[in-house]
Amino acid sequence: MTTVAMPNVGSALDRVDALEKVTGRARYAYENFPADLAYAVPVQATIAKGEISAVDVDAVLQLPGVIAAIWHANAPRLAPRNGDPELAVLQSSRVAYRGQYVAVVVAETLESASEAARVLRVRYDADEHDVELRPGHPGLYRPDHVNPYFPTDTEQGDPDAALAAARVVVDATYSTPAEHNNPMEPHATVAVWDAEGLTVYDSTQGASNIRDTLAPLFGLPPGSVRVISPHVGGGFGAKARAHPHVALAALAAKQVGRPVKLAVTRQQMFAVTGYRTPTIQRVRLGADADGRLTAIVHEAIEQSSTVSEFAEQTAVPTRMMYAAPNRRTTHRLVRLDVPTPSWMRAPGEAPGMYALESAMDELAIACRIDPIELRIRNEPDVDPESGRPFSSRNLVACLREGARRFGWAGRDPEPGIRREGGLLVGTGVAASVFPVYRMPSQATARAEPDGGFTVRIAAADIGTGARTVLTQIAADALDAPMDRVRVEIGDSALPPAWVAGGSAGTASWGTAVVRACEALMDVLHGRAGDVPPEGLEASADTTQEVRAQRRFAQHAFGAQFAEVAVDMDTGEARVRRLLGVFAAGRILNPKTARSQLIGGMTMGLSMALLEESVMDQEFGDYLNHDFAQYHIAASADVRDIDAVWIEEDDPGLNPMGSKGIGEIGIVGTAAAIANAVHHATGVRVRDLPIRLDKLVHGVI
Amino acid sequence: MRVHIDVNGERLAADDVWEGESLLYVLRERLGLPGAKNACEQGECGSCTVYLDGLPVCACLVAAGQAEGREVVTVEGLASGDDLDQGLDEVQRAFVEAGAVQCGFCTPGLIVQAHSLIESTPQVPEDADIREALAGNLCRCTGYEKIIDAVRLAATRKAQNKAAQKKAPR
Ligand code: FES
Ligand code: FES
Repeated sequence: MTTVAMPNVGSALDRVDALEKVTGRARYAYENFPADLAYAVPVQATIAKGEISAVDVDAVLQLPGVIAAIWHANAPRLAPRNGDPELAVLQSSRVAYRGQYVAVVVAETLESASEAARVLRVRYDADEHDVELRPGHPGLYRPDHVNPYFPTDTEQGDPDAALAAARVVVDATYSTPAEHNNPMEPHATVAVWDAEGLTVYDSTQGASNIRDTLAPLFGLPPGSVRVISPHVGGGFGAKARAHPHVALAALAAKQVGRPVKLAVTRQQMFAVTGYRTPTIQRVRLGADADGRLTAIVHEAIEQSSTVSEFAEQTAVPTRMMYAAPNRRTTHRLVRLDVPTPSWMRAPGEAPGMYALESAMDELAIACRIDPIELRIRNEPDVDPESGRPFSSRNLVACLREGARRFGWAGRDPEPGIRREGGLLVGTGVAASVFPVYRMPSQATARAEPDGGFTVRIAAADIGTGARTVLTQIAADALDAPMDRVRVEIGDSALPPAWVAGGSAGTASWGTAVVRACEALMDVLHGRAGDVPPEGLEASADTTQEVRAQRRFAQHAFGAQFAEVAVDMDTGEARVRRLLGVFAAGRILNPKTARSQLIGGMTMGLSMALLEESVMDQEFGDYLNHDFAQYHIAASADVRDIDAVWIEEDDPGLNPMGSKGIGEIGIVGTAAAIANAVHHATGVRVRDLPIRLDKLVHGVI
Repeated sequence: MRVHIDVNGERLAADDVWEGESLLYVLRERLGLPGAKNACEQGECGSCTVYLDGLPVCACLVAAGQAEGREVVTVEGLASGDDLDQGLDEVQRAFVEAGAVQCGFCTPGLIVQAHSLIESTPQVPEDADIREALAGNLCRCTGYEKIIDAVRLAATRKAQNKAAQKKAPR
C-alpha cells in the first residue's frame, strides 16, 4: 500500500473545534431543547436479584407535573430479537442486578420527575444474590470466545512440563478491581418521535451503531432512525454501545408522545453504563538461568452479569508479547448478579499487561537481570502464536529510547534502599502494546462551487481530535488548504462508519476519507477542475479494501517508565515522573496525539493508585458510586509526565501509515508504577490499586 | 419563585423556579446558557464552575435563590464582542493554542477556575500552585499536562499585557 503525501498530516495543528469548546458554544447531547419537552428520570432496582411484584404507579401520577410512570406492565413492547438483552428495558419482571432500570417517570420538569421517581414504590420478591468474584467459584465456565472474537484458550507445546523443568519459575496471582470509565460527560439521550420516525440526540462513540441498534428494537427500518451527536464529552468505551438508558428514553418518548430528555446521573452510571470487569490472574513464567522464557502461562478469571455475556480478553496480549516454546492462556467467566461489564479503555490489555509486566519484573529480579534486558532477550522474531510476521514491532527501540531519556543506566536493582528524608524512592519499567484494527466505513467528498470541499462520514469525536485529524487527512488528499475543507461527523444521516473504539477510528475513517477524496479528485481531473453549480460528489466504501488487507501481526508498542516516592510514615505512594515512549506508526497530529497519550498514561496512573469500584456484598451495589468516593487522578496527582514517540514507517497499515493511539497510553502504566513501588519499598503489590494500607506495614 | 440574576452583564429572570433548583440548573435549562457543565452535581468535579460576585463557585452547589440579584459570569461571558475568534480571553486563547482541550466537557469549568487563579495572582504562578489550584477540576481526557501549559501561557501573556499597559503613555 502506498501512503499519501501529506503536508497537513503530521503537523501540530490546533483542534478545529477548540474555539466552540472554549467559548461554551459546543452543544452536547443533553443541551438540545426540542419544543414540548418532558423530562424522564429512571427508577433503579434496590435488590440485586428477584422479581418485581408491584409498582404503585397511581400514587405518583397524582403528583404535580407527572405525565407518566412506566414499568413492564404498561410499557410498550420492544423487539430485542437477537440484540443486546440489556436493551429490553421494562420488558419483564425479572431483576438481574441492583441498579437495573425497573421503571421510568416522565414529568414536566426534572424536579417533578426526580421527586416522583424517588417516592415511587416498587415491591419485590427478592432472591439470594451472589456478587462476589472469587477463585474456585462453582459457576466458572469457559466462554465460547473472548472480546471481540478471540479464542478463549490457546496452548502450544507442553507448558506444565516446561515449568516443572525450568531453572527459574515465577508463579504469582494478581488481581485488578472493577473500574468505571467515568467520562466527564454523563451519558444522556434526548429522544424525539415524529411522523418520520425517531431522532435521538445521544452522547455516543458511534452514531451509525446506535441507529442500527435502536431501529430493530423499535421495529423501524434503519432509515427511520437518526442519531445526532456532534460533540461527546468522553467515552473511553462506555459510549461505544447503546446502554439501556438510550432505549429507555426512546421508549418513554414514544409512550408520552412528546420529546423526552434523560440524563444518567454520575451515581447511576455505576450500575448502568458498563465498567471494567474485576480480574484474578495467575501468571506462571518458566525461564533458564539467563532469563530466556521456556514457558508462559496466563490464566484469567472475570465476571459478567446474568443478563449478557461480556468476556474480556485479559490474557490475549500475553499471546504475542514474548517468545517461549511452551505457552497457554485461558479465560474463565462467572455470571453473577452484577451489572454487565463492558469495554473500558484497553479492555484486556490494561489489566492483562499489569499482571504480565509485573510478573516479568519478578522474573528479572529472580534471574538477576535488568528488566529491560530481560524483555530484549525474549523479543520474538514473529508473532509467537500465529507465526505471522509483525508489520512493525519496535518494542526494543522504545525500551532503549526510554532508558536513555529516563536515565535508566546504572540503576541499582536492589529494592528498598533509596531514602530521601522520609521517602523511599524507586523506578520501574513495563512494556505496552495495543493491536491495530481497521474496520469498513463509508465517506463522501464533495467539491462545492465556491472552491471549498465538504467531507461527510458518521465518525465521532469523543475528544480524540478525530474531527481535526480527518480534516488534515482530507485536505492533503484533496491537495487543498485546511480552511477550504469542512468535515461533517457525528450524525447517522452521514455515510455509515465504524465506532470510535478499538483505537481503530482514525485508521477506519481516514481510509474512507482518503478513498472518497481520491475518487473526487479523479472526477475533477476528468473535468479539468470544473465544478458545476450543484457541486460534484464522490463516495467510497472500504469494505473490500479492509477485507483484503494482508494478514500481518499488527500492533503498536510502547515502554512506560515510572519513578515513585513512598512516604515511610503513611505508606502513600506518589508518582514523581512518568515517561511513555511509543511506536505507533505515523503520528498524524503531534498536538492532539501527545495529549491523548498523556491522558491514557494518567488514566493508568489513576488505575495504579486510585481507581476501585467496591462491591457491597450484602446489597449488591458498587458502594463508592460517585466522585467523592471513586477517585480519579486530579491535576495535583500528576507531576512530571511526558509522552514521546519513535518514527515508524509501516506501509502495511493504511493510507496514512498510522496506528491507533487512544488506548496504548494506559497499557503498562500500572505495572511500571507497581514495579517502581517494589523497587522503592521491597513490597510487591499484586492487587490494584496500590493503596497506602497495602504498603504501610512494609515501609514502617 | 422568580429569580433575577445578572448573567454575563445582562439582567435575566427565570420564572417558576423551584426552591431546590441549583444555579447550574437555572443557567443550563432555563436561561439558555449550557456552557457550564453538569458532571457530578455534588461539588466534586468543577465542571460547573462559574463566577458568583467575582468568586469561582460550583454552580451545582449554589441554590438558585442564593443567586438572586447577584452577578454571575459563565464561560460564555469571558470572551468580549461578537467575533469570538477576536474577542477571546487570554485563557481561552491559550487553551486553544496549547491543545488543552480534548472532549471539552471539563473545559468551561477549568477556564473559569484558571481565569480566577490568574486574576488573583500578581505573578505568574508556579506549576505546583497551578496544579493545586486546579485540583478540584477533574479532566478525564488530557492528563492535565496541556492544561497546565495553557494556564502558564495565559498567565505569562496577561502579565506582559499588564506591564505593557503600565508603560504605555496615557
Ligand atoms: S457538577 Fe458541580 S462540581 Fe461537578
Ligand atoms: S477534555 Fe475531556 S474531560 Fe477534560
